[in-house]
Amino acid sequence: MELVSPSIGLVFWTLVTFLFLLLLLRKFAWKPILGAIHDRERSIETALASAEHAKDEMQRLTNENEQLLKEARAERDKILKEAKELKDQIVNDAKKQAQTEGAKLIETARHEIETQKAAALDEVKNQVATLSLEIAEKILRKQFEDKDKQQALVGDLLKEVKLN
Amino acid sequence: MYLSYILNSKKIALGAIFALFFAFVTSEVSAQDSANAVPEMVVKEVNPEHAEEKFDPAVTILEHIGDAHSWHLWGHTSLHLPVILYTPAGIEIFCSGEFLNEHHESRDYTGKYHTYRNVAEHIKIVGTDGNIDEAASAQIIDLSITKNVAAMLISVAVILLIFISVAGTYKKRANKAPKGLQSWVEPIVIFVRDDIAKPNIGYKYERFMPYLLTVFFFIWVNNLMGLIPIFPGSANVTGNIAVTFVLSVIVLIIVNINGNKYYWGHIFKPDVPWWLLPIMWVVEITSVLSKPFALMIRLFANITAGHIIVLSLISLIFIFKTLAMAPVSIAFVLFMDILELLVGFLQAFIFTMLTALFIGTAIEEHHH
Repeated sequence: MELVSPSIGLVFWTLVTFLFLLLLLRKFAWKPILGAIHDRERSIETALASAEHAKDEMQRLTNENEQLLKEARAERDKILKEAKELKDQIVNDAKKQAQTEGAKLIETARHEIETQKAAALDEVKNQVATLSLEIAEKILRKQFEDKDKQQALVGDLLKEVKLN
Repeated sequence: MYLSYILNSKKIALGAIFALFFAFVTSEVSAQDSANAVPEMVVKEVNPEHAEEKFDPAVTILEHIGDAHSWHLWGHTSLHLPVILYTPAGIEIFCSGEFLNEHHESRDYTGKYHTYRNVAEHIKIVGTDGNIDEAASAQIIDLSITKNVAAMLISVAVILLIFISVAGTYKKRANKAPKGLQSWVEPIVIFVRDDIAKPNIGYKYERFMPYLLTVFFFIWVNNLMGLIPIFPGSANVTGNIAVTFVLSVIVLIIVNINGNKYYWGHIFKPDVPWWLLPIMWVVEITSVLSKPFALMIRLFANITAGHIIVLSLISLIFIFKTLAMAPVSIAFVLFMDILELLVGFLQAFIFTMLTALFIGTAIEEHHH
């Protein structure tokens, strides 16, 4: 029974010691320790959250850059396409104009040729007429140089008239 | 129902087995005692110090696990602790060494008001006729710094040293990873917070953290100090019913002053027919008292049982009076000491956890 009967002295000292320990530790140990642990946990949490935030921000920026790049590429393609179209058009226009111009020139040339040809033919006709007359004159002159022949001819002509 | 905690404890079962074993050994020894009682009595009277006394393990063990006014160090060397007596005539303070003469024999000490005698570590007043005056003895209150008080003060000093220095480290190394002693302490503090306080108390746990941490480390450090067989340890502080009594009374007070209306409503207005109420009051109040009572008995019995087992194993050497027994004893003691390291932590944990659980049930909000 000695073992299970608490002695007053020990009860008193235990109470005093324990309360003393509790007060001292609460003020000088638990408050700073728990506070520091709490603060540290907070700061780790905040750090993790801000890292996550930074990651998101980074992702956003990357996406934005990609978007910009894509847009720039599209713009460039568009400009190139337009330039090509413009070039094609200019070339086409030039071709068309040259064609028209050429056709016109050819037309003028043909007209001129026709005119020249007509003029030349006229000239040739005149020359032929003149030559024919001269030749006929020369032949006639030759024919009528002797009197016999002229008589014969008149005789023939007269014969012919008699018949009629 | 809360008393079942006591029976559930394996240590108690172990303690019971050893108690049986112990009773067997004791009865055998006392049988031998009675056989050669007469010559021994003679020997004792001739020279009680140097004669080879019959070894009685029960006496030795109870002496070791009990409290004392002096702290035995080795051989005849003891640390004599101060005796403080509150007598109706006034306070009496003297050294417990006064109870021994220069030959280390016990003697009476005459103080300012009375003459005192140390009867099995109880200070009694000796009347003028040389006999103990029981009526006067009953009136004195022994507030001595006994072995247990001194051991407890040493443990408290150790705890204060550790935690105040760790608190300093926390201030110096704010928001940095723990280092040194701090990294040893921090997991345990977080263990008490996250595994004891939070799950059992709920979101209001912060208010109870200082108490829970203090009681946890107080019990644990005292348990560990009790395992050291030489001077700064060896006292059976947490295995003393007075210490566990104070700790459980504090639990009783903390739980009940924090009890909310649901807690008290459950005790005084349970959902039973009105004519059952008086019986329920008795049952509920018994349950309120039995919770801390179970805490008190559990801690006391576990730690005392551990000390008794270790001392019994050591006693085997002296019972068999042969050195050949020593390796066996040492092997078993080593095993027990390792087990006690675990038990020391476990009991601190169980005490703290059940305290947290009781606080939790007292402050729990019910949503019907």
